[in-house]
Amino acid sequence: MRKVFAIILLGIFGFYILSTILLLDFGKRSNNVGQHYLETTVQETGSVNSVTAIIVSYRGFDTLGEVTVLFLAATGLGGILYDKKGKKRKLQHASLIVRVTSQIIYPLIILLGVYVFVHGHLTPGGGFQGGAIIATGVLMMFMSYRTFETNHTILSWIESIAGLTFVTIGFTGLMLGHTFLENFLSLGTPNTLVSAGIIPIIYTAVGFKVGAELTALLDNMLKTIK
Amino acid sequence: MIYYVTSVALILIGMYAVLVKRNLVKIVIGLTIIDAGIHLLLIAIGYVEDATAPIFSMESLTANQMVDPVPQALVLTAIVIGLGVTAVALALVIRLYDHHKTLNINKIRKLKW
Repeated sequence: MRKVFAIILLGIFGFYILSTILLLDFGKRSNNVGQHYLETTVQETGSVNSVTAIIVSYRGFDTLGEVTVLFLAATGLGGILYDKKGKKRKLQHASLIVRVTSQIIYPLIILLGVYVFVHGHLTPGGGFQGGAIIATGVLMMFMSYRTFETNHTILSWIESIAGLTFVTIGFTGLMLGHTFLENFLSLGTPNTLVSAGIIPIIYTAVGFKVGAELTALLDNMLKTIK
Repeated sequence: MIYYVTSVALILIGMYAVLVKRNLVKIVIGLTIIDAGIHLLLIAIGYVEDATAPIFSMESLTANQMVDPVPQALVLTAIVIGLGVTAVALALVIRLYDHHKTLNINKIRKLKW
């Protein structure tokens, strides 16, 4: 009965949503805003990656909010899963092959994550992606070495300093220029590593913050397994 | 065109899971499937035929050869928010399981509809 009701409801919903969306032409340029960004992004921000330019420069304030949401999620998760006893994970290691391989791969994954967020303004990548890659490396170590521990004090220091860097750069832009998060450094030559002014600095800070937050989040979740 | 239909189908599959399934973990999986459908829909709306990624990595690339970067930026935001939602939802599921020793929402009283 409930299934039939749900299918009828979803059928009506799907029909109306699809009949609206099919009015849009697929594969046609429908948005003048995107075209404007594409034409002006290299001159205005110095970043060759338009998506990065939109996220960090044009919509930088939005990204600050996004980072705050991620911080709130990590804090909320820590609050929900808080346990006075501070449980330890079960001390059973993975097999030898997994342990040796992950020990070799772990620094390389961290290196890849750093590469991805440092080159956020040149290649498809950025702070969020790089941070997520770093967290997967730590997750692999958690899985293969059950005794592998992260230091929560250091993680929260990294997180706080990275967040403060973001806000400080924003206020420096406000003081030296006109708006919050204004680009006050020289743009440099596009397509080189040191270019695009504040964009790589902010994305590096975001990368550290996301990596530390996701690591703390994974640690919190894994500690609840009995 | 097929992308629009697929993404709406994904959204509907996810909603079906949320509405019908009784297992809390499956409901969270349904939420992530809805997320995936919405992301695919937004990216498909931004697609331009025969266009490449919006990165000016070569001198010869011009703005007319690139897809719309705005939906991609929005989807990057949406992925991060979706991750936060999933993490908090799973934390709540872990706490509910600790408390009730079951994941079936029919057996957890005060959660029926």
